[in-house]
Amino acid sequence: MPRGKRKLPEVSSGSMADIAFLLLIFFLVTTTIANDKGILLRLPPPPDPLQEQLDIKIPDRNIFTILANSKDQLLVEGEPFDGSMDELKDDVKKFILNFGKPTPEGIEIYNSLPPQMKAFVNANGRNPESSDDPTSLKSIVSFKSARGTSYDLYVGILDAMNAAYNEVYASRVGITTEEWLSLDRSNSLQKDMYNRGRNGIPRAISIAEPD
Amino acid sequence: MPKFKKNSNTSEDIPTAALPDIIFMLLFFFMVTTVMRETDIMVKQKIPRATQLTKIERKSLVSYIYVGEPKNVVLYGSEPKIQINDVFITEEDIIGFVNTEKDKLDEVERDQITMSMKVDVDVKMGIVSDVQQELRKANALKILYSTIKKVTK
Repeated sequence: MPRGKRKLPEVSSGSMADIAFLLLIFFLVTTTIANDKGILLRLPPPPDPLQEQLDIKIPDRNIFTILANSKDQLLVEGEPFDGSMDELKDDVKKFILNFGKPTPEGIEIYNSLPPQMKAFVNANGRNPESSDDPTSLKSIVSFKSARGTSYDLYVGILDAMNAAYNEVYASRVGITTEEWLSLDRSNSLQKDMYNRGRNGIPRAISIAEPD
Repeated sequence: MPKFKKNSNTSEDIPTAALPDIIFMLLFFFMVTTVMRETDIMVKQKIPRATQLTKIERKSLVSYIYVGEPKNVVLYGSEPKIQINDVFITEEDIIGFVNTEKDKLDEVERDQITMSMKVDVDVKMGIVSDVQQELRKANALKILYSTIKKVTK
């Protein structure tokens, strides 16, 4: 062949990085990382007009009341409260783990607690004026807001109440609250841990309708 | 007088040949994680922060309700409004909305529908509680208050 080796045509790739940068910046700007986390709440079923309203008397000592007015001021157990949400969480926790007058189931739960929690109960609880034990209907955390309460405060208080329960559950199985929240319930081992933590202590959070 | 003699036999350039690859890697990461917004949110959305977050296990069961002050104050006023999909609705329409959302699900899963409330921090509880009352009537009892993780000290 008389002709020599033909030179292969080349596409200059020098601007490749620039093109990639351009695309990168476009996706950086349009990305919204989906936020699907939040505080779960289960609403009570709608009132049934045919059914008569059941009037269950629950003594005051078994209800921890938090009231918020439209100026975002708090009334906790009948007294004005201006502490932080952390303090509120601790108060709720003390209330749940009070064991003032435990029923047989309550005593059983107390006996199943790890030693440091028993120590916590004996140091902070045992108040006859506070909740009997953490079983169903024996300790209820109730929160009532006004129509003018800010949503921010509402979420803050809901968060504090949930934090108190999660702390109780987590320390029952000996893990931190963070670890408790990241338990994966599709994993049987972690689900078992979850059930052990919650067993016998229902998350009794009652949200009253604002007026 | 410089005491230190500069003996630079070594090349000081950082090789940039791998740069496009690095950029491409980043690009693919963002391409994969990007979720294009299906709905155009017309209300202000400054989501509150909280610590005790739960993750939604099944995304298909979630429907969103946005509450906040309209971004376009001139057109819609400054009172907080409820938005679903692409429109503003009033409280009475919520039951209808929940029912259409429930129809999209399998019959066995209808009770587990989760309503994710994306509410602006500046909203008062009145409108939020109205929405909740309607959700109760519509039998959509699982609510998720959408929040962002609060950084604790």
